[in-house]
Amino acid sequence: MNFKLKVWRQKDGASPGSFKDYDAKDVPSEASFLEMLDIVNESLAASGEDPIAFDSDCREGICGTCSLVINGIPHGPGKGTTCQLYMRRFADSDTIWIEPFRAAAFPPIKDLVVDRSAFDRIIEAGGYIVVRTGSAPEANSLPVAKHDADLAMEAAACIGCGACVAACPNSAAMLFVSAKVSHLGLLPQGQAERESRVIHMVRKMDELGFGSCRNHYECEAICPAEVSATFMARLNQDYALASAKKVLAV
Amino acid sequence: MSMILDPKIPSGPLEKKWSKHRGESKLVAPNNRPKFDLIVVGSGLAGASAAATLGELGYNVKCFCFQDSPRRAHSIAAQGGINAAKNYQNDGDSVFRLFYDTIKGGDFRSREANVYRLAEISLNIIDQCVAQGVPFAREYGGLLANRSFGGVQVSRTFYARGQTGQQLLLGAYQALQHEIAEGTVKMYPRTEMLDLVLVNGHAKGIVVRNLVTGEINTHAADAVILATGGYGNVFYLSTNAKGCNVTATWRAHKRGALFANPCFTQIHPTCIPVSGPYQAKLTLMSESLRNDGRVWVPKKKGDPRSPDQIPKEERDYYLERKYPAFGNLVPRDIASRNAKEVCDQGRGVGPSGLGVYLDFSDAIQRHGESTIRERYGNLFEMYQNITNENAYKTPMRIYPAVHYTMGGLWVDYNLMTNVPGLHVLGEANFSDHGANRLGASALMQGLSDGYFVIPSTIANYLATQMGKKASTEQPEFKAAENEARCRINRLLSIKGKKTVTTFHRELGLLVWDKCGMARDAQGLQEALQKIPAMRAEFWENVNVLGDGAEFNQALEHAGRVADFLEFAELMCLDALERNESCGGHFRLEFQTKEGEALRDDEHYCHVAAWEYAGPHTRPNLIKESLGFEYVKLSQRSYK
Amino acid sequence: MLIASFMSVASLSPAPVRKFSKNPLIAFYQSSIGKKYVVAGTGLILIVYVLGHLVGNLQIFSGQERINAYSKFLHDLGPILWLVRVFLLAAFVTHIVATIQLAQENRLAKPRKYAVTGYQRSTMASRTMLISGLIILCFVIYHLLQFTLQVTDPKFRHMHDSLGHHDVYRMLILGFKNPFVSLFYTVGLFLLTNHLSHGFASVVQTLGINNRKIASFVASGGQTLAWVVFIGYVSIPVTILLGIIK
Ligand SMILES: Cc1cc2nc3c(=O)[nH]c(=O)nc-3n(C[C@H](O)[C@H](O)[C@H](O)COP(=O)(O)OP(=O)(O)OC[C@H]3O[C@@H](n4cnc5c(N)ncnc54)[C@H](O)[C@@H]3O)c2cc1C
Ligand code: HEM
Ligand code: HEM
Ligand code: SF4
Ligand code: F3S
Ligand code: FES
Repeated sequence: MNFKLKVWRQKDGASPGSFKDYDAKDVPSEASFLEMLDIVNESLAASGEDPIAFDSDCREGICGTCSLVINGIPHGPGKGTTCQLYMRRFADSDTIWIEPFRAAAFPPIKDLVVDRSAFDRIIEAGGYIVVRTGSAPEANSLPVAKHDADLAMEAAACIGCGACVAACPNSAAMLFVSAKVSHLGLLPQGQAERESRVIHMVRKMDELGFGSCRNHYECEAICPAEVSATFMARLNQDYALASAKKVLAV
Repeated sequence: MSMILDPKIPSGPLEKKWSKHRGESKLVAPNNRPKFDLIVVGSGLAGASAAATLGELGYNVKCFCFQDSPRRAHSIAAQGGINAAKNYQNDGDSVFRLFYDTIKGGDFRSREANVYRLAEISLNIIDQCVAQGVPFAREYGGLLANRSFGGVQVSRTFYARGQTGQQLLLGAYQALQHEIAEGTVKMYPRTEMLDLVLVNGHAKGIVVRNLVTGEINTHAADAVILATGGYGNVFYLSTNAKGCNVTATWRAHKRGALFANPCFTQIHPTCIPVSGPYQAKLTLMSESLRNDGRVWVPKKKGDPRSPDQIPKEERDYYLERKYPAFGNLVPRDIASRNAKEVCDQGRGVGPSGLGVYLDFSDAIQRHGESTIRERYGNLFEMYQNITNENAYKTPMRIYPAVHYTMGGLWVDYNLMTNVPGLHVLGEANFSDHGANRLGASALMQGLSDGYFVIPSTIANYLATQMGKKASTEQPEFKAAENEARCRINRLLSIKGKKTVTTFHRELGLLVWDKCGMARDAQGLQEALQKIPAMRAEFWENVNVLGDGAEFNQALEHAGRVADFLEFAELMCLDALERNESCGGHFRLEFQTKEGEALRDDEHYCHVAAWEYAGPHTRPNLIKESLGFEYVKLSQRSYK
Repeated sequence: MLIASFMSVASLSPAPVRKFSKNPLIAFYQSSIGKKYVVAGTGLILIVYVLGHLVGNLQIFSGQERINAYSKFLHDLGPILWLVRVFLLAAFVTHIVATIQLAQENRLAKPRKYAVTGYQRSTMASRTMLISGLIILCFVIYHLLQFTLQVTDPKFRHMHDSLGHHDVYRMLILGFKNPFVSLFYTVGLFLLTNHLSHGFASVVQTLGINNRKIASFVASGGQTLAWVVFIGYVSIPVTILLGIIK
């Protein structure tokens, strides 16, 4: 298969970027999207042009490293991550636009690579349960209703890819934050820090320059881990209740 | 100059060794801990759990990883689960049984004391992870669920959907982020370790490159901990993440750390076959598929018919035929080797001829499609997404792929290498899995090393280092930094014709062919001839564009491939030197009449630890012999 | 205090770094979710008004006497009416201020748009909330000038029915007989519908009431309700133009 690519090239965060045209020739339909870019990069290198920088690691849809916005859709058409997108989804000689995730909180590094460490800062603000190593009680001493455990697992499935932010017209990190707040907040282990966790994580998210949610649900539509938007409703409620408690305590 | 290896195994009965050792270990007082700087390279299960726990204890920790976030370490990809001898299912499991299964699974090439400790600590791991909020699967009553995994007869595997590694890593990552917030750990993501710095023979620091800016600098510490994962990517194609590499451990090896059992690699039988030369990695399909799928190939060579056109009589269900008792559920290495054998006979299926069928039609007939969908729906979906084939209608095609590396840097019971101060955890060390690893045991080992072992054993070293602070101003640091810089400049100045990937692919094909599922002396010797030539060509003809002072992925890859090109030689040498078959190491010359691995306990019941002796010089082989007091060495049999 | 916090955030908003007050109430408003709560809360108040006003207006179909009596009843409430008016106005203003602040923060959060758009689930309505809201604002201003302050057509001030009540009935008929006025109302109401077709469901989500069981019902229910409001209101100018009510 052959494709016309329009790829965002940007030397580094300080330089301006622009789209450049490339031809991807003789790409097998079984190739994944990233393998297609590998092929293009091999030919660029052979002709002495700097290869296109993009992030990936596991290439099986779990590490959340791969990003890319393909034809305006983070991770491209269909479910799943960019590394799990296969070229047979496109028609021969299609024109494909490839852009980095765009958000003020994800500053560009090079070409299609952006800095998503803002997510680590959010987790740092409270996305954990503090347990001194070795002090944990016997695991089965605390039963967790299967329903809660399953729901917590659904939220915990977030791979931290940041596509929700990329897809959101406001670059809101709500889906990501709601996933962690719900994962920990649904479990009995997570109750002690529940209120401070949600307050600190939401404030950190705001401080880092993510936008607010206007309930567009683009995030839910593209989330490769299928994190449900209803977790955001949970987050809103958790945050309001925690804030109300703080207000009343004053 | 042969050194004697002291594994520092505590005396006393097996079950008491660890508690005795902890009781006798040195301590660092809480007020002194902040005075010690520790470097942890790696943020996978082993690295993140270690860094978090050491930070919590009050040490001053710096943690490094090459990914953009510690949460993306390769541990995230583990699917199946984590073992622990909790015996929640009341099916007769015990610490001893887990210990025994692990020793036997490793084909009697691991240390009893280490493995027993691992089995013991497995209990604490589950407690720790549950308290952190790892959402393990549960029964309706709210208690933890288990499944049986990896061909053992008890249900001791804890799991979180098919995402166990992810959930465990997130637990460790979150603990790490908490310590980062507390200020006890400083994280350096997108930072690659390029070298180890020794001062007076002690590991006192590392050289790193900031992958975003390209800046090279050094960090000093009182001890260095490597938790940098496995080297399966020496084969180019593997189930490992693209970034997995041998660089950190190989550099440490070149600075004096012994590399143990480098030829022990695990091949996983159920992966999606290679579809073309452009392919960048292989995808693992869960082993559980073999519970219901039947493995077969056509009886006739090069049979061009589609699978549904081949009548039952003309199919060879070779695993069921050869191993009637275990059938399709034989261990990983046996299943893998047999697949290779039938493909080598020209009976492989699929476009490349390197594949066998995993057929669910009988299971679908017996249980109905809906049951099969319930059991494996997501796997079938994933298979369809990748191959565009519907496995409900036509059999899956699978082929073995490199999955895990049991070899690694040699460590003693304290997880310290022969280089004082250098400690190694997780897949990067050689310690607990012998010649083959049981399913769901790598996660257990990583967390055991990180949460429980190193935080207590490192004090044995640190207590001797009071007041011996190293500084990056020392000449050793300047020299190592300079070397790293020169190497990078050299890579950039070659400006040859072949891309880094081309070299990596060529190397991978060679070692897969000669040092993969089955090896023989002739092939290994051939590889040992070719690798140096390949390496020489690499240093003359590799094409790395751009410059060093920027984000440069080709340069990162080039550095890693350069190390693989050196490491591969040691791997082949080790395979050649071990004149027996055991676990994942199958030498064609050493097999029973039935084609099973034939161990030679008389001559090879040892750890082969290699000492670097300089370029173009044969490394020295140092043996740590393995004693077995609690288990009896026996030949595996799955007939 | 709330107003003070508007000001502090407004003056900070061009800078990407956001700070939080020690006062938990102010801090709540300063956060994105807090502001959203305020938008949703005030939106809900406005919704209740829109629905109530619709019920009141529909009395036109019960005849002149009925609706004029209703108007008189409202006006006779005196101070209570003023209380409600002030409350409504505050809600309206707060709603607008908060949404404008959010819009500004959101613009800063997404400094660059994609070259091609690939929207999957957002709707025209969700993406045009600010525009539809601002047009509603214009609509309401005109509407107040016309029917409440009666400055667009001074005639309205002197219309009384046989009982001596202010003749709301005639005023509406006279007003909507003008096709331009009717058209303007239809457009305004359409935008209100647009606003509410996203807004109804949005309130449920923002206030954190949404869950898996009700999510799809909330989304479709919100749309339906918005169209009920549209048909309800538009029925008045339409029936007047068509001469059904005279
Ligand atoms: C597909 C797959 C499925 C698996 N499933 C299971 C399973 O079900 N159960 C099980 O028990 N095991 C499983 N395993 C094995 C298991 O996942 C790994 O062995 C284990 O996670 C390794 O953990 P680790 O902490 O040692 O290393 P890793 O998780 O690989 O972490 C390595 C770390 O080192 C860093 N690093 C490496 N090199 C450098 C360098 N030069 N400089 C700086 N940083 C560096 C990396 O950034 C990373 O943070 C699976 C493996 C694969 C591939
Ligand atoms: C009768 C008048 C109005 C009603 C009934 C109304 C109702 C609502 C409702 C219910 C919401 C949803 C809140 C949520 O997301 O939870 C909303 C949001 C919004 N309204 Fe209004 N509104 C009105 C007027 C206005 C006006 C005049 C503006 C002009 C600025 C406006 C701008 C917005 C915006 C921008 C949002 C989206 C805010 C966000 O989600 O970030 N609205 N409105
Ligand atoms: C066809 C549609 C509408 C009709 C016929 C209508 C009619 C009227 C009338 C007759 C009054 C004056 C009442 C009086 O002073 O006795 C009034 C007031 C008002 N209307 Fe409407 N209206 C319509 C739509 C709307 C809409 C959509 C809104 C809001 C978005 C709205 C908001 C108001 C407000 C705020 C007042 C002032 C109330 C007060 O006096 O406090 N109206 N309307
Ligand atoms: S919520 Fe979904 S889209 Fe967002 S980071 Fe997590 S997995 Fe990615
Ligand atoms: S797309 Fe954005 S607006 Fe909300 S629902 Fe998702 S965060
Ligand atoms: S590369 Fe890991 S999710 Fe795509």
